[in-house]
Amino acid sequence: MLGSGIINGLIVTAKNFAGSYHDPERMVTVEYPEQKTVLPENYRNFPFLITENATDPMGTLRCVACQICEKECPPQCIIIEKSKDKKPDATGKLQLYPAIFGIDTSVCMSCQICVEVCPFDAIKMDKVFEIATTDRFQDLFLDRERLAKPNSYYHEIHPVEAAEVDGRLLAERKAAEEKAKVAAAAKAAAAAAKPVVTPPPATP
Amino acid sequence: MSAASLTDSFLERAPLALRDWVVNFLPAPLQWLGHHLITIIAVLAVFGTFFAFTTIAERKLLARLQNRLGPNRSGLPWIKGLTLFGLSQPFADAIKTLTKEDIVPAAADKCLHFLAPVIVVAFSLMTFAVLPFGRHLIPVELDAALLYFFAAGAATELAIFMAGWSSRNKYSLLAAMRALAQLISYELPLILSVVPIVLVTSTLSTQGIVLAQGGWTFGFLPHWFVFTPWGFPGFIIFLVAALAESNRSPFDLPEAESELIAGHLTEYSGFKYALFFMAEYFGLTALSGLGVTLFLGGWQAPIAALQFIPSYAWFMLKLIGMLVFFIWIRGTLLRLRIDQLTRLAWQFLVPLALLNVGNAAFWILTSSWSGPLQLIRWAVSLAIIVIPFILLGRTLTAGYAPRAYRYAP
Repeated sequence: MLGSGIINGLIVTAKNFAGSYHDPERMVTVEYPEQKTVLPENYRNFPFLITENATDPMGTLRCVACQICEKECPPQCIIIEKSKDKKPDATGKLQLYPAIFGIDTSVCMSCQICVEVCPFDAIKMDKVFEIATTDRFQDLFLDRERLAKPNSYYHEIHPVEAAEVDGRLLAERKAAEEKAKVAAAAKAAAAAAKPVVTPPPATP
Repeated sequence: MSAASLTDSFLERAPLALRDWVVNFLPAPLQWLGHHLITIIAVLAVFGTFFAFTTIAERKLLARLQNRLGPNRSGLPWIKGLTLFGLSQPFADAIKTLTKEDIVPAAADKCLHFLAPVIVVAFSLMTFAVLPFGRHLIPVELDAALLYFFAAGAATELAIFMAGWSSRNKYSLLAAMRALAQLISYELPLILSVVPIVLVTSTLSTQGIVLAQGGWTFGFLPHWFVFTPWGFPGFIIFLVAALAESNRSPFDLPEAESELIAGHLTEYSGFKYALFFMAEYFGLTALSGLGVTLFLGGWQAPIAALQFIPSYAWFMLKLIGMLVFFIWIRGTLLRLRIDQLTRLAWQFLVPLALLNVGNAAFWILTSSWSGPLQLIRWAVSLAIIVIPFILLGRTLTAGYAPRAYRYAP
């Protein structure tokens, strides 16, 4: 009969009305500043620099100031200045470090290209989004002190990815150590077999 | 308690006593002016506040009907943490609209563009003058109150066209023409649904119509017109037409934002825009008040034993009930297309309303029937309206519903 559809519709909305008071399953609203949803693990927003040690962030940056990310950055929001001296990195090898490392977040588009190109796993994507400030120049330009976050924080926000990165780094370090050992052993063996050093052939 | 003491109880008389007390401070030649001014101020204050809280109630209810929370943030200034369920939202909205820039298009007719929102509010407020809010509370007692109500209510259509025309914007003008088509189409079923009541009560006075609905059978069956076989269909037709007259969903075509930007309100901003919405809510409240007066017994109590509650409280309760029902409808139904809209009015509501007039005539002619004849009277009267309803509904929806999906399973 004409009008029965309207009555059915009214019943549906009346059920919604009653249900919205006693059935939390129906309510999809999250009252944001007080309640927060859990972000998906692959959520990403603005890069940060990884430090090995939380107590000495500036001394243990993974970044070696190779400037690949600075050159690859499509909107060119990264500024890096190499250091004059070298410091030992996590493996004890002497490396350059960034004297200045800045990201202008008002320009950054969170494309993750800096992360893709970094050969040292030194820059990773963050999960921050509450970054509103009152000063659009100073507060949106992040220097290396504000960018540096410990590896434990990376494990917190992207656990799967961080475990994969750590495992790879460890394997690489082990391989490098073994290679160094083999090389050292070979050198030692060669030194033992041929104590006399042959002079290099004279170049023409 | 006797009936006389009920009609003249202190609570019943309190608003009048207050008014007379204030008027007595004025010199005698000015008393009539004070008398009317106080009435006007009272109506403005009560229905202004009512409008403010209707908006928040509408937003809250709509949200709940759609499983949302609705506005619940705005609290009191300087007090943090006290939000009062967002009840101060209408005041925040008012401040926001007042502080917005008032933009008038360069090519607009400045005078008409300014006058349209003023007129639309003025006419929709004028309709409140003849509504009986209580046993003794009626701003103006007119013999032709119903006629006056529809005359003042129809004048708002002029203001809507003024708004559309003066904006010098083709969307505004098209929307205004659509609005006129809609309002004129639905004016007819609206008035035709009221005619049976005038036939039965043989008066145009709203107070007289309410008094005709007094009394109870067995003390709990009120003699409201909605409980008669001609009053119930009349009430339904009145509801549909009132929805269309006040431009509310599912008949909100004049301001269908997905089709016509904001309709005749496209070129309005700031407080003028708010005035149109105010007028819309005033119009809706006035039409709901008229519906309560004509069909739901006005200020009469539903049960004889509840007469000790003052009559204006009953009126307001019924009014709120009507508005909640309108909000419920808005939260449920989809917007009609313009051809469906006019089709519904001319092919369905007008014929049924005309039949209903005949139905009321039959009801009057058989008013002397009693005993078993009373049952025949009810059966015939119901048949007069139900059979055409079913037949008309079948013919009009033939080929339309239920929708056959050719490709979807």
